[in-house]
Amino acid sequence: MNLLIIPALPILAALICALPASWYVAAGATIISSIAALVFSLDTAFIVLKTGCVISIPNWISIDAFGVLILLLVAFVSTTASIFSWGYMAQETVDSKKLRLYYANLNLFIFSMLAVPMIQEPNLTWIAVELTTLFSILLVGFENTKEALEAAWKYMLLTLMGAAIALLGFLILFWAARNNLGGNAYTWSTLSLIASKMHPELLKTAFILILIGFGAKVGFVPLHTWLPDAHSQAPSPVCALLSGIETTTILYVILKLLPVFEAAKGVDALLWARVVGLISLGCAAFLLIQVKDFKRLFAFSTVEHMGIIFTAAGIGLGAGHLATMMQIVSHAVTKSFCFYAAGAALLITGTRQISKVRGLIHLNPFSGIALLIGGLAIAGAPPFAVFISEFSIVKAAILVKHWITVALLVFFIITAFFGVMFHINSMVFGRPESPPVAKHKLPLTCKASMLLAIIPVIVLGVYIPPQLYQLLKMAALVLCH
Amino acid sequence: MSFLSPNVINNLNALTGGLFLISAFGIVATRQMLGCLRFYVAQSVTLAASAFLLGLHPFSRHLMEVCIITIISKPILIPWVLKKTMGKQIYTRREISQVLNIPTSLLIAMVLAIISYFLAMPLIHATGDVRAMVNLPIGLAGVLLGTYTLAVRREALPQLLGLLAMENGAFFAGIVIAPDLPAIAELAVTFDVLILALVVGVLTRAIAKHIGTTEVGELASLKEDASL
Repeated sequence: MNLLIIPALPILAALICALPASWYVAAGATIISSIAALVFSLDTAFIVLKTGCVISIPNWISIDAFGVLILLLVAFVSTTASIFSWGYMAQETVDSKKLRLYYANLNLFIFSMLAVPMIQEPNLTWIAVELTTLFSILLVGFENTKEALEAAWKYMLLTLMGAAIALLGFLILFWAARNNLGGNAYTWSTLSLIASKMHPELLKTAFILILIGFGAKVGFVPLHTWLPDAHSQAPSPVCALLSGIETTTILYVILKLLPVFEAAKGVDALLWARVVGLISLGCAAFLLIQVKDFKRLFAFSTVEHMGIIFTAAGIGLGAGHLATMMQIVSHAVTKSFCFYAAGAALLITGTRQISKVRGLIHLNPFSGIALLIGGLAIAGAPPFAVFISEFSIVKAAILVKHWITVALLVFFIITAFFGVMFHINSMVFGRPESPPVAKHKLPLTCKASMLLAIIPVIVLGVYIPPQLYQLLKMAALVLCH
Repeated sequence: MSFLSPNVINNLNALTGGLFLISAFGIVATRQMLGCLRFYVAQSVTLAASAFLLGLHPFSRHLMEVCIITIISKPILIPWVLKKTMGKQIYTRREISQVLNIPTSLLIAMVLAIISYFLAMPLIHATGDVRAMVNLPIGLAGVLLGTYTLAVRREALPQLLGLLAMENGAFFAGIVIAPDLPAIAELAVTFDVLILALVVGVLTRAIAKHIGTTEVGELASLKEDASL
């Protein structure tokens, strides 16, 4: 099977969206193409399980276990997001042309994220990452309110600035590699093979530039300032994609580079990862407490989780890498569900302010329960997926005896848990000042999408299928130095 | 081509490097939007010129491709895309105030240029790549000055040009340190930059239409303590 079919599907759907037809056609094409992409990704994942990798064009387009994991997550979240969009976006606007534009842009955005894990040439990966930003800027500003446009501008400015810095990093990386290639093509896999031969000075510079540049896009503190704005102002299905998947996709690139930089003398790449990760985790855990907007709450939780994942990668060894993979999966599925729940709450109450939403469970039991489950799951309560993965990260840190990391991880995770649950609790169970009135009903497609999105959140907390476990283990091997 | 000895070529390349740096200063300090854009165009032309000169001796097909792609995209297509998307009134505006006044700005920009020389030197010594002597420090200075432009300009168009100038800076270094970059990557980057200009142009227009200003530096309703 050819890998190229998968990114071709959203491109095709985007072309259909451009046709002057009703928006139903555009929405339908988006849903069908993302379901098809999910099916093909699953198929690819099974082939990767058997053979280790799928090659479409040697040295250019191929995918390994880590890549296929990201591919699966992108395909899954884009499926639920496109189903959620149907009902949700119809409430936002009735302008058919604007909706078609939304779906076309959404498909291009999905395309760019599907492309990132497949590309083997690092410089082209940079381009795919840049495209993920470019295709999502207008989605962030879609509502055309003052806040949304400001968020879109901030998002554009900081992430593209980061991308330009990372570009210099990638060029220096290429400079370091090109004299040592020895006739091989320049790909991710040759890069990790020749890493020890490359000049440590250049490698160090490239590492710092790429970490700063892409770190801005992942949302590492102190470059996170755009993230809560963009991830809260975008329409909810876009938030789910941005927070659940896009950040992870960029982090995938940094994680792939980690073993390369580990080979450089004089840089303790893993220590850098732990420090950057813990700073993000710690800052976000405390910033969570003071938010007034519930979509910002989940956005800060994304900064927190990116910090956790990067810390886990910095713990290293087999256990740390496996825990990293588990956390990537559990965060992506849980965070996207959280944003659907937040979107549903926004649709019903018509406000983003935490203080104005009280007693959601009485107003609309479905959305109240969803928000409660989302909050518990993302904060890391058992028996949900995030609990298992956070637990295995702490276990891995204990295993390698990084006691400071263990202490800080546990402290920050618990702080974040109370931060999230304090707000969610008051929204779901709080006593309203005046009897609340529902602004909108929750559309059926939104409910369907939420029911679909919650399956992995619950199932992965109690049972990891052996195939998935095998894939996680294979993906963890990619991170090994 | 007897008069174009490697020595002459190196001198000419140093001259284009100087012009590149001057245009980066121009983007930092010009008040007129149109003037700012002209400096960007000039910078892109010097980038193409440098690629051409470096590609002469020893002859490099890759660098000639870079030269042609740059000449077509940056000085011609990007201003055209911006003009189409942003509309004339944004385009011909004048910036009233910058965050810092212009002499201070230029002084800081000069310090950044000097810093970038000292940042680049260890890398050049480490590799012994003498050809990078001109392009790497100036390219790095281009990136830093672009970042600085983002920080001090308030209007949308100069901020966008700061971004594009950063990318120019990275490529000014790139033509020396990564001259054999595959042509597909070059083309893809150019395509990427065009989409960037298009998307940001559309966004700027939306901001002008819905907020009534293009002073994006003044937008500050989203803050941690803002009660939305």
